[in-house]
Amino acid sequence: MSQTTIDPRSLRAPPRRPLRLSWSDERVRAIVWQVLVVGIIGAIVWWLWSNTVHNLEVRRIATGFGFLGREAGLPIAENLIPYSPTDTYFRALLIGLLNTLKVAVVGIVLATVFGTLIGIARLSKNWLLSKIAGVYIEVIRDLPLLLQLLFWYAILQGLPGPRQALHPVGGVFLSNRGLKLPWIEWQDAHSYALLAFALGALFTWFYRRDAIRKRILDGRPRPVWPVALGCLLVLPVAIWAAAGAPWTVDWPELRGFNFRGGLNMSPEYFALLLGLTTYTAGFIAEIVRAGILAVPHGQWEAAQALGLRPGQVLKQVVLPQALRVIIPPMTSQYLNITKNSSLAVAIGYQDIVSIANTTLNQTGQAIEGIAIIMLVYLSISLSISLFMNWYNARIALVER
Amino acid sequence: MSETLDHIASAARTDAPPAILLDKVNKWYGALHVLRDVSLNVALGERVVVCGPSGSGKSTMIRCINRLETHQEGTIKVNGIELSDDLKALDDIRREVGMVFQSFNLFPHLTILENCTLAPIWVRRMPKKEAEELAMHYLTRVRIPEQAKKYPGQLSGGQQQRVAIARALCMKPKIMLFDEPTSALDPEMIKEVLDTMVGLAETGMTMICVTHEMGFARQVADRVVFMDRGEIVEIGEPNHLFENPQTERLKTFLSQILRGH
Repeated sequence: MSQTTIDPRSLRAPPRRPLRLSWSDERVRAIVWQVLVVGIIGAIVWWLWSNTVHNLEVRRIATGFGFLGREAGLPIAENLIPYSPTDTYFRALLIGLLNTLKVAVVGIVLATVFGTLIGIARLSKNWLLSKIAGVYIEVIRDLPLLLQLLFWYAILQGLPGPRQALHPVGGVFLSNRGLKLPWIEWQDAHSYALLAFALGALFTWFYRRDAIRKRILDGRPRPVWPVALGCLLVLPVAIWAAAGAPWTVDWPELRGFNFRGGLNMSPEYFALLLGLTTYTAGFIAEIVRAGILAVPHGQWEAAQALGLRPGQVLKQVVLPQALRVIIPPMTSQYLNITKNSSLAVAIGYQDIVSIANTTLNQTGQAIEGIAIIMLVYLSISLSISLFMNWYNARIALVER
Repeated sequence: MSETLDHIASAARTDAPPAILLDKVNKWYGALHVLRDVSLNVALGERVVVCGPSGSGKSTMIRCINRLETHQEGTIKVNGIELSDDLKALDDIRREVGMVFQSFNLFPHLTILENCTLAPIWVRRMPKKEAEELAMHYLTRVRIPEQAKKYPGQLSGGQQQRVAIARALCMKPKIMLFDEPTSALDPEMIKEVLDTMVGLAETGMTMICVTHEMGFARQVADRVVFMDRGEIVEIGEPNHLFENPQTERLKTFLSQILRGH
């Protein structure tokens, strides 16, 4: 291998080409077109803006976001944080945003898990498994999402009423009022234990990473399970026990025409989550399958021939290459889940669109209402994009 | 032909346990019978070149030796360990058998050095520093230590194939399998890879090499195996085999090979 040395005389700047003022000059044309396009877009924006301002003046509509501080007076069935109709529009919209995030975040996690499993199942050598996955993907992808949401909602509405609720296991009730589950009466001790568990999980994760790093450096294996056992089980249980070991289960109970107590998942939320998850999982399955197939079979063979076990081949060789193919289209699917959650309005789940719509009807502040919806989706989408682009850049191939 | 087969039998008797033993191995792809009663003993330190027309089953045969393909009938033993569904035995065999592919199959997301240290670190549980020293040792032996920090895509085909050889050697295998290692290379790069393989042969490594490089076969091989339509047709010392082909099939093959060169 000869080392190429750079001739110092060649270290000079590239020559500058003078601009020729002629329509046949490529750069002159480029500049003219760009000035033209910017000018046209500017004119359209100015026309829309002045029209809007003029019309608002003629109709004597007050603009601005002052209405956000007024009492909303609109009832919301599901809220993650306390809310009553006497609260402000701002708080109502915040509840809507949280409801959107609740379905989008859970949907993204579930769709990723199910989609990955279905994608791998479709690649399986098991004939039945791969055919079932194939049929699932084709059916789910070929039907409009709105239709699927209405279908799930209709099925949930078709369930028996609370008095005849399906009752597969003690404490679990499935009726047209939703899914009811038993839940412990939440006390401080539980919060402390949960906090300990979360911190323990974080610590275990870092400990494991460090153990692998050290193992690579000196070849000595360091078992992670004692640390995991201590942090994830022993410590949280000890804290819970030290705080008096409270354990009162809140069982859902039929009172009159509906259930009281327990954990509740409304049919609207359940239908929306189910529809979004199953729909998007179909697309994610194909993305995962394409990603794994994009890694040449020779990579598997070379890694196996070196003595790596299948799990190691997947982790060290195949996934790092497959993820580069999987991440960009996966970002689109995450954005789709978030935006498609606005179809909630069709089945009566109160997400940001639904609540902003009601706000808009009650206050007449159409432009502000639409602006808020747009701002919310833009913020969520940009956050997802930024995170995924950062992750993509992190795992990208350095050079090829 | 019976004479040449006796020669293997005697070779197997004199040497203690064979490094590789294939006994009446059969394999089918669907209804296609791709290996027919293939029997071959390779002694420790022996260099065997396998040749034959395309589709003759030579690649399939050596891919069966580290179970990248599974045979359906017969026995394959490597270092006395029988290949079966036993995963532990398979692990033991793959650690001892290195393989070089026609299409290199370097890992594009890892540097040359990382390509070489991956298996020692994860399979042999070798400390990173030691694995890197080992990798540099073998990269020096294939004469490309200065490329260690680059990625496979930045190297020429010949360089990539030499890295693939170094990567396999880092597992300190007792046996090396070569599956047409020079077939995907430009003519001027074939020599650098063959030189590396000749150097490896001189260290006494047990080698099975599928190749059409007859010059290499003459220079290095203890025995040449000629395969056609899934069968071993002739086995013998290279000069003897090339100058006195016993079968019509080998005569045809040799005339085609020589015309091509």
